[in-house]
Amino acid sequence: MTKILVPVKLVLDYNLKARVKSDKTGIDLTNVKLSINPFDEISVEEAVRLKEAGKATEIVVVSIGPAKAQDALRSGLAIGADRGILIETTEVVEPLNVAKILAKVVETEKPDLVFLGKQAIDDDSNQTGQSLAALLDWPQATFASTLVLEDGAVQVTREVDGGHQTLKLALPAVVTVDLRLNEPRYPTLPNIMKSKKKPIATQKIAEFGIDITPRLKVIEVHEPPTRKAGIKVKTAAELVDNLKKAGVL
Amino acid sequence: MPDYKAPVDDMLYLLNEVFNAEENVFSKIPQYNEVSNDLVQSVLEEAGRFCAGVLRPINISGDQEGAHFKDGKVTTPKGFKEAYASYTEGGWSSLAFSPEYEGQGLPRTLQVLVKEMISSANLSFGLFPGLTEGAAEAIEAHASEELKQKYLPNMVSGKWTGAMGLTEGSAGSDLSLVKTRAKPRDDGSYSISGSKIFISSGDHDLAENVIHLVLARLPEAPAGTKGISLFLCPKIFVNEDGSLGAPNTISVGTIEHKMGIHAQPTCVMNFDEAQGWLVGEPNRGLNAMFTMMNAARLLVGMQGLGIAEASYQTASAYAKDRLQGRAPGARETGSIIEHPDVRKQLLTMLGFIEAGRALAVYVALELDKEGFHPDAAVRARASSLVALLTPVIKAGLTDFGFETAVLGQQTLGGHGYIHEWGQEQFVRDARITQIYEGTNGIQSQDLVTRKLPLDGGKVVADFFGQIGNVIAEGKGVAEVLSLATQLEAALAGLQKITLRLQSGDLANPLEQNAAATAYLRAFTLVTFGWLWLRMALITVKKGAAATPHDKRKLLVGEFFAARMLPQVYGLFHEIEAGSTTLMALASAEF
Repeated sequence: MTKILVPVKLVLDYNLKARVKSDKTGIDLTNVKLSINPFDEISVEEAVRLKEAGKATEIVVVSIGPAKAQDALRSGLAIGADRGILIETTEVVEPLNVAKILAKVVETEKPDLVFLGKQAIDDDSNQTGQSLAALLDWPQATFASTLVLEDGAVQVTREVDGGHQTLKLALPAVVTVDLRLNEPRYPTLPNIMKSKKKPIATQKIAEFGIDITPRLKVIEVHEPPTRKAGIKVKTAAELVDNLKKAGVL
Repeated sequence: MPDYKAPVDDMLYLLNEVFNAEENVFSKIPQYNEVSNDLVQSVLEEAGRFCAGVLRPINISGDQEGAHFKDGKVTTPKGFKEAYASYTEGGWSSLAFSPEYEGQGLPRTLQVLVKEMISSANLSFGLFPGLTEGAAEAIEAHASEELKQKYLPNMVSGKWTGAMGLTEGSAGSDLSLVKTRAKPRDDGSYSISGSKIFISSGDHDLAENVIHLVLARLPEAPAGTKGISLFLCPKIFVNEDGSLGAPNTISVGTIEHKMGIHAQPTCVMNFDEAQGWLVGEPNRGLNAMFTMMNAARLLVGMQGLGIAEASYQTASAYAKDRLQGRAPGARETGSIIEHPDVRKQLLTMLGFIEAGRALAVYVALELDKEGFHPDAAVRARASSLVALLTPVIKAGLTDFGFETAVLGQQTLGGHGYIHEWGQEQFVRDARITQIYEGTNGIQSQDLVTRKLPLDGGKVVADFFGQIGNVIAEGKGVAEVLSLATQLEAALAGLQKITLRLQSGDLANPLEQNAAATAYLRAFTLVTFGWLWLRMALITVKKGAAATPHDKRKLLVGEFFAARMLPQVYGLFHEIEAGSTTLMALASAEF
């Protein structure tokens, strides 16, 4: 029987415009709505659909972050995951370190499949799933747009440049999901209420014995430059001159 | 049309910071033991997502297409059936209902807030579950155990919907004129014959059965309101085993062509010796119907508020985006939000919306206390306050709701008049809320002639006392002194008029009738002032911890006191002018 581990991340709500902190060290997350990463919502939905189809037995959601990251777990539980694991830290954890911690979680939980969002919409790193597969030495399929679970294997169609590629992976395996895999449901009211009673186990990040010191240094975060006003040209010749000056002709 | 975003932040602010709902109300009620702030937040967020994602996208298209009536059958516009299925599958129809009938047993307060969201997203849609809830509540409160077991679970789940058959061609605001007849049958049931008009959700294709609650007269019933009984008539008979049987002899005459809520089928329903069952006691039908009407009046108030919120969201986004003209003192073309007059429109909208929502939460929490608080004295006081404020919610929130929709239309200029932006639809849809469930004129009569005298005037005095306490607190806080002082003067004026209506020179039916609509509006404005002051005080108390949302409350509160509250003085003058000028022109001269 198939057990699925679904890592989820709490990020700035996708409806909101990110604002840079005044000291330019990152995005300001005080007093703003945070939600489950939309790609992670898709991976939970896919796991729940497999369970509803009788093809999966248990779905465990796991999140690494501050106590508030529970909200992402609760969102997953409301969709239909069975239980949650919160690995608490207030530090920034880079994708490789996330993958190392998840590899430890895989050791204890022994899932047959790990579903991850292809990337988190806050830093768009797109690394965790790949790193995790490498650390575990498991087969991986990224950017899944369809997924069929077979006996001891999973068939995944990936969205790649120039078309679709279909892979068959022996289990256990890591799959990262893309936008078109499914459309997550609206959680039902009874499931929202039940999700509050589903168990969430909390662990401190130190228990994993992984050095999470960042390897990267953020020098500055700033908003995209605003577009400068254009100029009016009088003749076609002037236009061509200007384009040449700008180096585009 | 810009997207709708449910104002969950403001709702949570009201629940957690203004009224401290978990500690003051939910934790005191055993049924709500599990209702934590956390659960409330999740429910509101998910309801908001559902309304924005499922109900809003079919609002404009539903208005354009409208409900259909062909070959005696009513069908709803494209997408409504699927949306209703998601709504019921999501469990939203059973939110506040008792678990005894398979409801979720959540507080009424949450239901009221979810109603605001549904009304913002799609008013026509909201009437399907709204009337079902009202009918189910009347059945729960008054019907026999047998009827309850047979009908309630499927109404609570939304599998069947409900409709209220009150109005007839010549019996509208005055239900004593109801002519529909009920004849006893041998098996204890009745044959109902007559024609009802303006029946919202009277028939449709969203659910397999419609449960009609119908007012009718028994043979030899006394004339007037004391001779009216309430009957349950299913569209399709329900067999002993719960399966559906043959259709009842109920037919749709036609559906109305209306100014707004086009997607909602407003039916003429014909009952032709239809079989029905008595709900409650004979000749006590109006009493039973009032259970349904009070719930429905609160719902209608939320419709007014919901439309206003939706219109504001579009108007404020547009005003920030629309580059047009130069604001006073500006050198370049700027967005219209820089213009004082446009700001006045938006602030007037906010001045109503955020105080209106606060009033709704206040009354909803009293409703929860009335229903389940273990202390009988708390229940009784809550019940009185709900009774007093029901007409204020219904008429106050819909009058200001409509005016807000008009302002939101005005902000968009010509685009406000065009269908695709949705603003003109809000104006048309809002208009019905001032008319149905008892016109706002009737509501103001209810306030003045039935609610002010409650408990010898003690109920309204208790309410004014609550306002006075906050004023006293506010007068000791420099930052809100001006707001408190202005409210103090307005309240004093309102109390003076109230006394005159209760026992002074205006305490007669003619003067009360002439004063009522102006009085209700002044009452509403003072109530809003009280809520703005409460919110402003919270901002001050939070000091440096005040969020931008808190700071906004203080500024909009000041705007309200300076530019909206003074309307009461015009209203006081109007009331003082008395009935003379209303009655001078002979009826034949109109």
